[in-house]
Amino acid sequence: MLSYTLKRLAQAIPTMLIVITIAFFLMRIAPGGPFDGERALPPEIEANLMAAYHLDEPLWQQYFRYLGNLAQGDFGPSFKYKDFTVTELILQGFPVSLQIGGLAMLLALAIGLPLGIIAALKRNTAVDYAVMGTALAGIAVPNFVVAPVLALVFGVMLGWLPAGGWNDGALPNLILPVIALSIQQIAYIARMMRASMIEVMGSHYIRTARAKGLTEAEVVWRHALRPALLPVTSYLGPAIAGIITGSVVIEQIFGIPGIGRYFVQGALNRDYTLVMGTVVFYGALIVLMNLIVDLIYSALDPQIRYDD
Amino acid sequence: MTTDTLAPSAPAGDSLGRDAWRRLTQNRAAMVSLWLLGAMTLACFIGPWLTPWGLADVDWNAFDVGPTLEGGHWLGTDANGRDLLTRTLYGGQVSLSVALVATFVSLIIGVLYGAISGYVGGRLDNLMMRFVDIMYSLPFMFLVILLMVVFGRNIFLIYAAIGAVEWLDMARIVRGQTLALKQREFVEAAHALGVKDGKIVTRHLIPNAIGPVIVYVTLTVPKVILLESFLSFLGLGVQEPLTSWGVLISEGADMMQTSPWMLLVPSVFLALTLFCLNFLGDGLRDALDPKTR
Amino acid sequence: MLHADSRAGSFSTLRSVARAIFTLASASLALGAQAATLQVGNGAEPSTLDPQKVNGNWESRITRELFDRLINYGPDGSLEPGLAESWTLSEDGLVYTFTLRQAHWSDGEPITADDAVFALQRLVTPATANHNANLYYPIVNARAINTGKAEPESLGVSALDTHTLEIRLSEPTAYFLQAMAMTEAAPLPRHLLTSGVEDWTRPGTLVASGPFVLVDWKPQDKVEVSRNPHYYAADEVALDGVDFHAIEDTSALMNRFRSGELDIAYGAVPSARFEWAQENLSESLRVGPLIGSYFYMLNLRDGTPLSDKRVREALNLALDREVITERLLGIGQTPSYWFVPRTIASPTSARLDFHDQDMDSRRARARMLLEQAGYGPDRPLELELSYNTLEDHKKIAVAIAAMWRPLGVEIELVNREAAVHFAGLRQGDFEIARYGFVATVNDPYDFLNAYAAGGSAAASTGYADPEYDALVEASTHELDVDRRAALMTEAEKRLLDADVMLPIYDYVVVNLVSPDVEGWQPTALDVHPLRYVSVDEAAAK
Repeated sequence: MLSYTLKRLAQAIPTMLIVITIAFFLMRIAPGGPFDGERALPPEIEANLMAAYHLDEPLWQQYFRYLGNLAQGDFGPSFKYKDFTVTELILQGFPVSLQIGGLAMLLALAIGLPLGIIAALKRNTAVDYAVMGTALAGIAVPNFVVAPVLALVFGVMLGWLPAGGWNDGALPNLILPVIALSIQQIAYIARMMRASMIEVMGSHYIRTARAKGLTEAEVVWRHALRPALLPVTSYLGPAIAGIITGSVVIEQIFGIPGIGRYFVQGALNRDYTLVMGTVVFYGALIVLMNLIVDLIYSALDPQIRYDD
Repeated sequence: MTTDTLAPSAPAGDSLGRDAWRRLTQNRAAMVSLWLLGAMTLACFIGPWLTPWGLADVDWNAFDVGPTLEGGHWLGTDANGRDLLTRTLYGGQVSLSVALVATFVSLIIGVLYGAISGYVGGRLDNLMMRFVDIMYSLPFMFLVILLMVVFGRNIFLIYAAIGAVEWLDMARIVRGQTLALKQREFVEAAHALGVKDGKIVTRHLIPNAIGPVIVYVTLTVPKVILLESFLSFLGLGVQEPLTSWGVLISEGADMMQTSPWMLLVPSVFLALTLFCLNFLGDGLRDALDPKTR
Repeated sequence: MLHADSRAGSFSTLRSVARAIFTLASASLALGAQAATLQVGNGAEPSTLDPQKVNGNWESRITRELFDRLINYGPDGSLEPGLAESWTLSEDGLVYTFTLRQAHWSDGEPITADDAVFALQRLVTPATANHNANLYYPIVNARAINTGKAEPESLGVSALDTHTLEIRLSEPTAYFLQAMAMTEAAPLPRHLLTSGVEDWTRPGTLVASGPFVLVDWKPQDKVEVSRNPHYYAADEVALDGVDFHAIEDTSALMNRFRSGELDIAYGAVPSARFEWAQENLSESLRVGPLIGSYFYMLNLRDGTPLSDKRVREALNLALDREVITERLLGIGQTPSYWFVPRTIASPTSARLDFHDQDMDSRRARARMLLEQAGYGPDRPLELELSYNTLEDHKKIAVAIAAMWRPLGVEIELVNREAAVHFAGLRQGDFEIARYGFVATVNDPYDFLNAYAAGGSAAASTGYADPEYDALVEASTHELDVDRRAALMTEAEKRLLDADVMLPIYDYVVVNLVSPDVEGWQPTALDVHPLRYVSVDEAAAK
């Protein structure tokens, strides 16, 4: 297991290097630079800025400078947020995003899995349609609509919860953003669970179990649940990485200081160093998540072993 | 649960299609969805001819007006005094075609890539899948935003580009199918008969992997529609005077308290479409998967 | 190399996980803040708290509270003595002498003329890369230093004694005191910056001279400041502290203001919600003019239809400004027939000639001009109008395109993301482009200089007129107020007569301020010094 883990991590290095290279040059193809703002800069001043950030050097030289710094663990200072290094920004935002994203994912699993199982067992009945219809409402309304509505109703009109703000992760501040973030995931997970449950329930293996005279509840709990969870498990890796890094809308609307916004704002502001930081971070997160998922997968499914 | 028991994996060919169609027609939710989708598409592409206003016509006397019958703005106007019904229908044209373009591009690339990778196998397979891994490790938003910025002016180019990013899952699915099918007798038979590799891939492998692919398509279309709306929220949507459901919804979300119709009208169209696509997708999955009964 | 790196990465990830779980476990139920701490919805996250590196209103709003300048803004935005008690200007208009008051940094060190000298030298040093350094070019040697041709020590600024500062100018400069009130001109704690400390703007390190000191800074969340006990007027500061929340989304700002989480929300009301706010938040809505001009830049270079003056004039004539300000936006912007906003200190008075004609005759003349220029039904005028992403910019562009369409002008609307839009402007890659010019100093020079040789608008549009340049130059050195106004008006008239731009409106600024907040006034530069602000605690819930 350990050697497998190490091997996977070692394999990730060349991948990451290519990812970094692609991202670096793609970013520079985009028109506009980090200093293009509403108020145009006089040429002398722009030249000063370019020199201060080494942007006046040839691109290949900048590329190797970046790689060299990266090798020393230095992601450089952000162009936009000048007082912080990229590492600081990501490390300060990540726990926040992890907290929001992790809770949202737990909530989504807690609601989505049972919904999916119920829908599968009552397939093509009114219950199925009602459950899936409700879950689907989560996908059908974009979250930039759901989030402000939640803030407006529960924060402003009813005044039950803060309309926004992080407040160091106080519980009342967490509730609305976590709900808003989980709604789409509930729908996805319910759909997936329903499909995989239907497939498992139709397998020979379950038929055998039924033939042995087990009750339906025993069949579901003892035999169907574990294999039916496999597709959801493999979905979770990328999904967690996605929910941690992709919550920009929720962050904006609820004022959550997470890292999701850096993925969007970094690219929009041409904050070259911040973009590269997010790319490296995301790549590492994906590698890690996929690894964890594979390990969980092997625990759930005894047929799979990672020895080599 | 229906009753046909112990069906061996269905053989390739017409009988599968006909069988699947029969199963699909029995699925009420899927059929209703299919009809609704058809009606919606028809409305979007023919409807604008029937409304009294054009896409960019400004009614200088009716900025931001709620639904009325007298003024001819049956579903109200937007902040610029343009007829909302007309714009929602035009927006539907853009949203639907954009989704189809992106899905189609991802379909072509994904299916070919996956089939080749799975069929050839060995080192090429390894290399091709490593490339897929690399693409997966790039944050999706980063790629999409850069594509939007670089191709900024042409909406269809952008979505072709998005399709060119969306194909990864498709390639994985098709590769998996191909790997499984490759071992089967009819492929080996074709091999033995000296059929060329290219022909085996296009004639035998791809048609047999089509079931999961179709299902995946019905999932990709809503995904792209939502992505389009998210990009519109970021202000990276289609160019005026063209519009899309995403653009209309994000405009409406700003005005939800003062002019709720601006949010509700396009949202209803979008939600209905996504609902239908999802139920249709589930129906197709059930109908095409020979293992489920 | 990367191997070690990725291990370090996953290790710190683990640590962060642990921290996240810990935070979750210790999550408290604390809500809101103490009464005398002002909660400000401040807009974007500040990019820095170094007063010489800030670039946006939302940043200087914080740095102005941390660093007093020699000259400060008063509660109504006018200039008043800050760290300088008084100042004199020599007869020839070339030498300013400032007398500093007895004041201390927040660490107890005295604030001296050397701190001011140090700051001004640093301001023009190329490595500081200050965005507004060109406003200080009138100081002897400033331009040479800023372009790397001279040493910072050669700047025409010296400390005559610990509390007397002399600034020598190479030309008389009418707007100079305005520039000295800007946040970049604030004296800096030389003892701290020369001590080799890294990241001097961090909480715990930063040393302030203003009414407030930095307590905490959580990126993308908030900047917390509290009353500076060493401030020379600390007794007069009513607030215990201020939390500047980084909230950019306008609906989020408004929601949190309405739920009572914010006392002040800057820029929370886009035009779409203005009418609603008028009806429902009237006691909090503060509308005031902002010295800024919203206009369309025209690319004047040869080869585009816009190089023809008749075409430009036709577009200008057919643009119905009142429809935009009154019917479309409805916030109370002034429709503008000029370039320099009328609310500026020492205003100009030039106008477009047709300003008093009715729309019908203007449209008729526009049609005629286009015909003369060779455009008509068989040969429609095709132009591209680009604007950066924002709902209001879109609304205005759509309306203007619709105004021109009856003349046979076919406009392609091009929405460009901000970085692309402004890069396009810089490179002259546009035909008609939306532009907003908001004053950094309260003086027409700021605007007029943009179209003078070397100015940003001149570079973008290809406008070149030596006579215009001469007028702007002459107005800068003219210290007599009336003669200066006449020169600037003449310069502005040249721009308008040549139809080099399509002025649309003078900005207004809309903020939400709770009725419990006292001492806050709308001002033309949108500056609101908080040392004069208090919260009525009895009234606040």
